[in-house]
Amino acid sequence: MKRRRSGADTAFKSMTLIFASSAVVLSLIYFFELYYGSTLTLKSGISFVTGSTWDPNNQVFGVLPMLYGSLVTSAIALIIGVPISLGVAIFLSEISPQVLRSPISFVVEMLAAVPSVIYGLWGLFVLAPILRTNVYPILESRLGFLPIFQGTIYGVSVLTAGIVLAIMIIPMVASISRDALLAVPDSQREAAYALGATRSEVIRMSVLSYARSGVFASIFLGFGRAFGETMAVTMLIGNTPLISASLLSPGYSLAALVASEFTEATTQVYISALIEAGLVLLVVSFIANVVARLLIRRLIRSREAASYL
Amino acid sequence: MLESVTSLDVEERQRLEPHDALETKMEVVGLDAWYSTKQALVDVNLNVRSNKVTAIIGPSGCGKSTLIRCLNRMHELVPGSRVTGSVLLDGKNIYGSDLDAVDVRRRVGMVFQKPNPFPNMSIADNVTAGLKLAGVKDESSMKEVERRTLERVGLWDEVKDDLKRSGASLSGGQQQRLCIARALAIEPEVLLMDEPCSALDPTATAKIEQLITSLKQTYTVVIVTHNMQQAARIADYTAFMYLGKLIEYDETTTLFENPRQELTERYITGKFG
Ligand SMILES: Nc1ncnc2c1ncn2[C@@H]1O[C@H](COP(=O)(O)OP(=O)(O)OP(=O)(O)O)[C@@H](O)[C@H]1O
Ligand SMILES: [Mg+2]
Repeated sequence: MKRRRSGADTAFKSMTLIFASSAVVLSLIYFFELYYGSTLTLKSGISFVTGSTWDPNNQVFGVLPMLYGSLVTSAIALIIGVPISLGVAIFLSEISPQVLRSPISFVVEMLAAVPSVIYGLWGLFVLAPILRTNVYPILESRLGFLPIFQGTIYGVSVLTAGIVLAIMIIPMVASISRDALLAVPDSQREAAYALGATRSEVIRMSVLSYARSGVFASIFLGFGRAFGETMAVTMLIGNTPLISASLLSPGYSLAALVASEFTEATTQVYISALIEAGLVLLVVSFIANVVARLLIRRLIRSREAASYL
Repeated sequence: MLESVTSLDVEERQRLEPHDALETKMEVVGLDAWYSTKQALVDVNLNVRSNKVTAIIGPSGCGKSTLIRCLNRMHELVPGSRVTGSVLLDGKNIYGSDLDAVDVRRRVGMVFQKPNPFPNMSIADNVTAGLKLAGVKDESSMKEVERRTLERVGLWDEVKDDLKRSGASLSGGQQQRLCIARALAIEPEVLLMDEPCSALDPTATAKIEQLITSLKQTYTVVIVTHNMQQAARIADYTAFMYLGKLIEYDETTTLFENPRQELTERYITGKFG
């Protein structure tokens, strides 16, 4: 009896181990596929990442503008999207009356399931015109002394893509962090209330602090989604391989590059260059994840001693 | 509200209360409490004496937790809950307009059944969490409070070298003492404890009982326990509750040796059921 039970246990354990390692194996497969697919351009070395000229006709491939575009649009998405997502999550888990909770959650989760091409269309035909005529001119006249708000306004731009990305990541970041907040035991809230905390203090001192790893996980996933988002960005960023200080100028992103040029890539070396762009996308998002995790761990540790959250 | 105090049936109140001239710290008057439609407390009257330990005993579900959670306005955090009647703290109704919930909870601290330190805060930060909420910033006075309260709960020697460690890294009994320290750090007047030892082993329980006995010099303690021996060991006064009503309230020895109500007698002799 005993032996059979432990046999089942071992089988279960090895099954979970197989599933868990399949994630690792899959990422290694992606990596090596991309690596071998791009041997032709990998030879030219680091200039692929540091070069800012993208001229397939003359076989000059530098993806710095695309890398820059990917990073900047993702950063904009996080800067705008994360606070809103946290607000939604906190509202849903801590503030909303019971009756509103599930309808709002339902809508938020529905939004997470909207295909990105729909966001792209909406961004292109609804949001971009509004931004072009009503918002960007104001930004330029009020904050035009900042280099990030200068230059010709086209509508499609790095900022437009970033804003739509923010809207796209909100549902996911909000619902994952809401789940993390809902998982905080009531005893933690009561502990803070019993010390004379107000509701907002309870949220800061006990709820967010307790749920922080889940909240950070949701932000990482949001970054991953924004960084790799292809369709909507392709439609909104303007697909121009330029690095411009202004967020109002068009730009390009790695994912948009691969998606929009794959059909035109007729030569082996052009294809190799696009695959290498995919490789850069994968490696950079991996590095960004690791760095963010380390930073947060460091941040938390130094704060731990001083204060909460 | 105050009118209803005097209009209460005098005989009734004498039956419910120990008659002595001790100072009253908290007075529960005609308290009813509900969870949405379920009434959990029915007309509870109770006089909590200053610098004494008052125990609340009774079978599971009789409303002990509900009662002490009404003493620091924690009950109202449950959605749909409701309270009527009054609870006087030094003569002032905590449900009245001149006190708000935050003030009440600072003056009437609480320790819970399951130890609930903040796991992402260090031991030291757990102790001073309430002080930070109250706006204290001075580092050196915090250090001083950390040491004093941890000594008070007998934890200082055990943790003084790792005050930076997480509060969740302690044993269950240590966590509970940490939670007591956290409650004491803001110097409440009353300390409410809801079965603080039920998750602990006998050694840890003994330590906490000892601590409670020493606390009454400075604080007024109200403790819920389902352990009658514990009530007999540490409490000066004991209240027996049944089905949301306060059946009998007296000095602990009287209640256990000479109960006036048959229900009480049956409960303490274990003939309940
Ligand atoms: N959150 C709640 N919602 C609805 N009813 C509740 C809630 N909490 C408690 N009750 C009910 O109120 C009554 C009193 O509960 P309470 O928790 O005060 O009992 P207790 O004496 O502390 O019991 P125990 O010894 O098991 O802790 C019980 O009948 C219980 O079912
Ligand atoms: Mg209880």
